[in-house]
Amino acid sequence: MIEIKNIRKSFENREILKDISTVFEKGKTNLIIGQSGSGKTVLLKSIVRLLEVEEGEILFDGRDIRKMSFSVLKKLRQEMGMVFQGGALFDSMNVAENVRFPMDMFTKMTNGEKNMHVDFCLDRVNIKGAHHLFPSEISGGMRKRVAIARAIALNPKYLFCDEPNSGLDPVTSILIDNLIKEITVEFDITTLINTHDMNSVMEIGDNILFISEGEKGWEGNSTQVLFTRNKKLNEFVFASPLSKRIRELKQREDDE
Amino acid sequence: MRIFNEIGSYFLLMFRVFSKPEKGRIYWRQLLLEIEKLGIQSIGIVAIISVFMGGIITLQLTYNMSNPLMPTYLIGLGNRDTLILEFSCTVLSLMLAGKVGSNIASEIGSMQVTEQIDSLELMGVNSASFLILPKIIAVVFISPILFVLSVFCGIIGGLIAGPISGIVTVAQYMDGIKTMFVPFYVGFSIIKTLVFGFLIASVPAYWGYNVQGGALEVGHASTRAVVNTSILILFFDLILTQLLFK
Ligand SMILES: Nc1ncnc2c1ncn2[C@@H]1O[C@H](COP(=O)(O)OP(=O)(O)OP(=O)(O)O)[C@@H](O)[C@H]1O
Ligand SMILES: [Mg+2]
Repeated sequence: MIEIKNIRKSFENREILKDISTVFEKGKTNLIIGQSGSGKTVLLKSIVRLLEVEEGEILFDGRDIRKMSFSVLKKLRQEMGMVFQGGALFDSMNVAENVRFPMDMFTKMTNGEKNMHVDFCLDRVNIKGAHHLFPSEISGGMRKRVAIARAIALNPKYLFCDEPNSGLDPVTSILIDNLIKEITVEFDITTLINTHDMNSVMEIGDNILFISEGEKGWEGNSTQVLFTRNKKLNEFVFASPLSKRIRELKQREDDE
Repeated sequence: MRIFNEIGSYFLLMFRVFSKPEKGRIYWRQLLLEIEKLGIQSIGIVAIISVFMGGIITLQLTYNMSNPLMPTYLIGLGNRDTLILEFSCTVLSLMLAGKVGSNIASEIGSMQVTEQIDSLELMGVNSASFLILPKIIAVVFISPILFVLSVFCGIIGGLIAGPISGIVTVAQYMDGIKTMFVPFYVGFSIIKTLVFGFLIASVPAYWGYNVQGGALEVGHASTRAVVNTSILILFFDLILTQLLFK
């Protein structure tokens, strides 16, 4: 469980996160949604302390990450996995080496065990026969999936995904959503996902936090999100012509 | 005022770089890779430049000192001491600051802007130490080797160019090379190359590590790294010469 209390973050006097508090539950997929530029990435990076917030508490199962010394923070980070918005694979390593890297760094596994686990992780994200390719030689969507494989390599307790399925086709996108959901439940981890994909919201939105211009706009789950009266959230959820049409039809039905 | 900020954060970064490595074996692997990339791959250019410079210095000496009163062994001696004292350590380091320095700054800089450094940090790896320490050790380790190579090639360059001029014979030139050899000069220059090697790796690493923005900023950082490293090399040359020759 990760609990954030009243966090604030600014860049050069421009306030990006304005007093956000919420709880991200364990064993659930916690979604952070909002428009581009609303502060989702900043929020995620602040939670893992890649960015320092000015105010507030960020509690990882009760332990405040802001008050940790460097060595304690390092230990905690070994329990985290993160998928960055751009993938952030290591350019100098091939796909297999990327996934293997955390094992090399932090485990005493033998080479054989590592190779097997690399295969297993890559298999889970549906990547086959790309072990020896370098990040510059694979597609954007594949990079994302390799990044996911790397993030789950050490069975993290906390998983952070910054738009894990942006740039993926609908089929792969659903596959990734389901994979994240699956491992979240299977290993009982606390998963935070940034997204603006409404399909993901409907598929795996156990908890949803809506951020609008750096403020907490709304909080709920995937069922509630359709029936909200929150104006900004409605604009976000029903942005596409198709969904607008469906809502109109539904409202007409309700009115009759 | 900004310069004090920069110096302060440079030392903070070095403090992180020189903390205990997480996993020795992986650092060792990185170190070998860096020695290959930054060192072995510089051997060719160092050799070529040194042969030419040795030749040019020798020609300058022969044409400008061709005076019947001047003993000819001074040409070989002059070339040797110029190479040892300044060319093969300072000038060569300036050149390496360009080649190796820009490579380090842009590599680390692009890792910073593509979140690869964040990614390392998030895994619990000390990214400063993991990325920078092997580079510093590699460059410091190979600098004296490149120095010796450069002196050697420079002397050969002179050996080729000197006799071509017709003023000095091979025997006279080699006489000069062997005359009045001062071992201290070599020790002095090796100390300098070690210091310069540290600068060549650490200063560009600092600029690369602190890049913010995108590809454009990586380019700026790389330029700034080379300029700063070059100035620092000359500055330390001045200080070390003053200190060690007193
Ligand atoms: N390092 C930084 N320095 C200054 N401003 C920043 C920095 N990083 C982010 N911002 C600003 O913070 C705001 C929120 O950015 P953020 O990346 O969190 O958006 P986002 O919700 O993740 O958007 P997207 O969905 O497009 O990824 C933006 O206005 C951006 O300009
Ligand atoms: Mg983002």
